Amino acid sequence: MTDVLASKQIDPRSVLTGSAALADHSEGMSYLHSLPRRLVTLYLPLGIIMFVLMFPFYWMVLTAIKPDEQLLDLETFNPFWTWTPTLKHIQKLLFESNYPLWLWNTMMVAMSATVLSIAASVLAAYAIVRLRYKGAQWVGGAIFLAYLIPPSILFIPLSTVVFQYGLFDTPFALILTYPTILIPFSTWLLMGYFKTIPFELEECALIDGASRWQILTKIVLPLAVPGLISAFIFCFTLCWNEFIYALTFISSTSHKTVPVAIVNEFVDGDIYRWGSLMAGALAGSLPLVVLYAFFVEHYVSAMTGAVKE
Amino acid sequence: MTEAALGTRTKREAYPHVTAWDRLKTNREWLGAWFMLPAAAFLVLFLAYPLGLGVWLSFTDARIGRTGVFIGTENYEWLWDDSVFWVSVFNTLLYTGVASAVKFAVGLYLALLLNENLPFKAIIRSVVLIPFIVPTVLSAIAFWWLFDSQFSIISWSLKKLHLISTNIDFLGDPWTARWSVIFANIWRGVPFIAITLLAGLQTVSPSLYEAATIDGASAWQRFRFITYPLLTPIIAVVMTFSVLFTFTDFQLIWVLTRGGPINATHLMATLSYQRAILGGHLGEGAAIATAMIPFLLAAILISWFGLQRRKWQQGESND
Repeated sequence: MTDVLASKQIDPRSVLTGSAALADHSEGMSYLHSLPRRLVTLYLPLGIIMFVLMFPFYWMVLTAIKPDEQLLDLETFNPFWTWTPTLKHIQKLLFESNYPLWLWNTMMVAMSATVLSIAASVLAAYAIVRLRYKGAQWVGGAIFLAYLIPPSILFIPLSTVVFQYGLFDTPFALILTYPTILIPFSTWLLMGYFKTIPFELEECALIDGASRWQILTKIVLPLAVPGLISAFIFCFTLCWNEFIYALTFISSTSHKTVPVAIVNEFVDGDIYRWGSLMAGALAGSLPLVVLYAFFVEHYVSAMTGAVKE
Repeated sequence: MTEAALGTRTKREAYPHVTAWDRLKTNREWLGAWFMLPAAAFLVLFLAYPLGLGVWLSFTDARIGRTGVFIGTENYEWLWDDSVFWVSVFNTLLYTGVASAVKFAVGLYLALLLNENLPFKAIIRSVVLIPFIVPTVLSAIAFWWLFDSQFSIISWSLKKLHLISTNIDFLGDPWTARWSVIFANIWRGVPFIAITLLAGLQTVSPSLYEAATIDGASAWQRFRFITYPLLTPIIAVVMTFSVLFTFTDFQLIWVLTRGGPINATHLMATLSYQRAILGGHLGEGAAIATAMIPFLLAAILISWFGLQRRKWQQGESND
């Protein structure tokens, strides 16, 4: 089962930029289609889908900078635009609420859980792929299965476990439970990367008297940097996105993460809450979108690597 | 004689004594065990143990703050007669079925569109993935505002177009609420499916299409007999993941409706949260969560057969 992994490498760069990875650099038959035909069969449906995918974000940004009175009065003001943008909602968010604290909590939890998981995954993936101890293949399969166990069937028993270990309502409850989501994924991804590193390099190092630890830190890891970045940013995003554990294991306001805090602390009966809610959603999304913008290719490679089974 | 003694001595120095410790240091099994330890510790303590504990809890009457005693299948019998539970099962199946089917259709269509030659191709493809990057809870909050009963921009636009006369109560009516949450789920899932299928599409050589066109194949035939068969393995895996994570979805429902109105949008995950954490009946919640496992196993088996088929397609033997 694990052998199938490396057989079909998908180049993330080609996913974004086109069919550069193909053996024959053919441009296909698209030159046969006339422009009017392409307008109807390609640009129109693509435009509609893109509009639907992007509209909620446009609406989020617009609501975050609209003055309150324009938000709820759809008749006197054009609801799709505002000529008097305001930073009031964002200012209120940053200076009159605990939002910076929640942002910090999320960042800290995501960072610690990701670093822990990547460290554990590097060791595990290297052992499975290169040490090939007895039963390594079965362990590889078991890790794939662990990947398929969703948090929503685990959170009830985990809440009792977290309570028994005395971690309830501390950041450690999240830092130690998130790796169960991240380790299976990143181990699986790194196994694929380690397999692409030539075996001969390690053999040379072994003959020269290097220990396994030296091989891992001085040969394998430097060569696997793209894979590590992919695993890192994908894990970080997963942590940032996690909701059900954070909702269940954290009860005090000062330890909450952004997704939980925004759902539980911002939602009150106030009819004018929408501006600050959308500002909160925007501020919580921006760090990830910026990270994504810098590492698009790594992100895509993590995603396609994840389904490469 | 002295020479001979000297000879053996130098020989011994040239080949230093290999201790048991040295042998252990290079032993695969021993090293492998140590390398696996951190990952195994996490997965056993926080994944395997809770998984078993969850099944055990479903056979007890545990509550928050009190360990339960074994009560057999009482929780399951109770759920069997509970109409809300059956509504949640129905909702989960409807939600998973409709959302996965539409996500697959739209995702595949979007992947095919993105595979064409487009201006600004890289930028368009990167932008498509943004709904998948943004945390679900935060985009769900944007949907909550879009689905507002009074100030929804969707209602407003449809009214301006004279398609409807009164505001749509998106999240207030059982069936519109169901369709609304399904729509939000589709919106979030399509980019993932589109980009992963696009990665699969790019491994299909254009010369196959050219050859088929010369043989007189129509656009549909090219899709049906070239694209689809070559894409089947990746479709199997992507859809397994999609079905799995749609089936166990929690975030979207919790933000948009919390299972309401009148339990009309409760999924099994949200119902188990409500019963176990908010209601305090850990045993009952665990029973609902455990009831999801058979469905997950079915999804995993489908994935497994997808893998088998992939091996066969690459000309390897079925082992």
